[in-house]
Amino acid sequence: MAIILDHVSHIYEEGTAMEVAALRDVNLVIPDGQFIGLIGHTGSGKSTLVQHLNGLMKPTSGNIYYNGEDINEDGFDRKNLRSKVGLVFQYPEHQLFEIDVFKDVCFGPKNMGLTEKEVQLRAYGALKQVGLEDEYFYQSPFDLSGGQKRRVAIAGVLAMKPEVLILDEPTAGLDPKGRDEILDQIAMLRKETGITVVLVSHSMEDVAKYVDRIIVMNQGSVMYDDEPRAVFRHYRELEEVGLAAPQVTYIMQELRRQGLEVGTDAITVEEARDEILKAVGRSRKMGGGGIY
Amino acid sequence: MGIIEAKKLIFEYIRRDEDGNVEGITRAVDEVDLDIRQGDFVAILGHNGSGKSTLAKHLNAILYPTEGTVWVDGKDTMDEKYLWEIRQSAGMVFQNPDNQIIGQVVEEDVGFGPENMGVPTKEIWERVEESLKAVGMYKYRKHSPNKLSGGQKQRVSIAGVIAMHPKCIILDEPTAMLDPNGRKEVIRAVRALNQVENITIVLITHYMEEIIHADKAFVMDKGHVAMQGTPREIFSRVEELKELRLDVPQVTLLAYELKKSGIALPDGILTCEELVQALRGVGKWQ
Repeated sequence: MAIILDHVSHIYEEGTAMEVAALRDVNLVIPDGQFIGLIGHTGSGKSTLVQHLNGLMKPTSGNIYYNGEDINEDGFDRKNLRSKVGLVFQYPEHQLFEIDVFKDVCFGPKNMGLTEKEVQLRAYGALKQVGLEDEYFYQSPFDLSGGQKRRVAIAGVLAMKPEVLILDEPTAGLDPKGRDEILDQIAMLRKETGITVVLVSHSMEDVAKYVDRIIVMNQGSVMYDDEPRAVFRHYRELEEVGLAAPQVTYIMQELRRQGLEVGTDAITVEEARDEILKAVGRSRKMGGGGIY
Repeated sequence: MGIIEAKKLIFEYIRRDEDGNVEGITRAVDEVDLDIRQGDFVAILGHNGSGKSTLAKHLNAILYPTEGTVWVDGKDTMDEKYLWEIRQSAGMVFQNPDNQIIGQVVEEDVGFGPENMGVPTKEIWERVEESLKAVGMYKYRKHSPNKLSGGQKQRVSIAGVIAMHPKCIILDEPTAMLDPNGRKEVIRAVRALNQVENITIVLITHYMEEIIHADKAFVMDKGHVAMQGTPREIFSRVEELKELRLDVPQVTLLAYELKKSGIALPDGILTCEELVQALRGVGKWQ
């Protein structure tokens, strides 16, 4: 099953002089289990789009289907939808409020009307999924580090057992290791549970490393929707709309321009390394270990 | 004496429980020495919780040392009578532009600082104009800040600081919330201020590629300076940086990986051009 957006538009102050189209005729299919990167400059419509996916915003025209049902139809259970399509906002740690970590994570499932036992099982499971150690469970969430707080906030959404997890810039403000830890954890979670993940990000390097598909938004419309390699081939067009390709893509382009016979499709450091080694006629020494 | 100097700077805060009883003491900054010269571009790196923001807040007297001394433009930050002079010499830009912009119109926002300093009206307008021009935002002077992009808002915040004619600007993760273009715009504006206006820059960031043009970088860990040197020296120590939860720019990592695979390359390659240059003549590339 999937989320389908059919000719979705969202226009503010329609019919007035202040009319602004936040989304224009967006058509997308989000099948189960995909890892999708959603990119676009500030104000391109990314956040508006994700808020349509769980019914927080309604399209001014067009329809959104979740598992075949129109989510904006009268009688559709939108409360249930919000536990199925979990949205983690930017800086989600600002929304932590309980006296300890465990209680905070219990809040979502408790509101779903589950039994006390089920709530606790889910909270425990979710905290394990984000890799938080037991010793932190009964600490105040405010005593944790930035990366840990963010994990607690993500666990709060996972405890509702969503089928789709949407993360709006989950790594903003984290140090490089913290960024990798969170994204590795999400990649692993998706592998283990088959959950669909939509990652909104400003880091092209992160998107290139993790996702299967990139959706590029510009001025409320979908500009590209393809696998990462194909999207980053348009690096010049991406720059024109305030984005970029990963740094390695530029390096490969430059090497090619200067006359080294390399393929220019590399989007991660590993791919670039292997491509350069091939081009200069050296194979990679064995036993060197991975990069990360 | 430099524009900013710190000697054995220590900052401790007291942790208390719910009833206000002392639970313990945390040392956030631990014996840090700094000597930053007028016109330097200095970068401060460090993982979350390493003490870099706490350190930065000492550089314009938002926080005061528990022990040791900080001088800004020769003035001890503990001396209350210099407080306003210090805040004017060393301006601060924070992570979230929405928390720093107060004006309804861009030019009003930028004029707020000099107006508070009692600058005559005519001069305020001159300062607003030159500051907005310096960050490339002059044509937006009549706009509402709400309608600007993140990078544009952050440049307005920087203009607001420049309008106070500081000798030094401290930027605490100014690009953390911006898209790639916004990041580029802000870093470009910061470099121009440094090179053209000779304003001292202290840049705190988690984006390694933003600091390759710095004169000097400090890496913080557990409140003290764990590494210091030029970006090239720092980024030559890939493994150590990873231990400190940091990273190197992608081009540096690529060069490092190629070197590990047996290609003779110098350490600390910082730009695409340097890598292309160094790869010429390797193997089949003649």
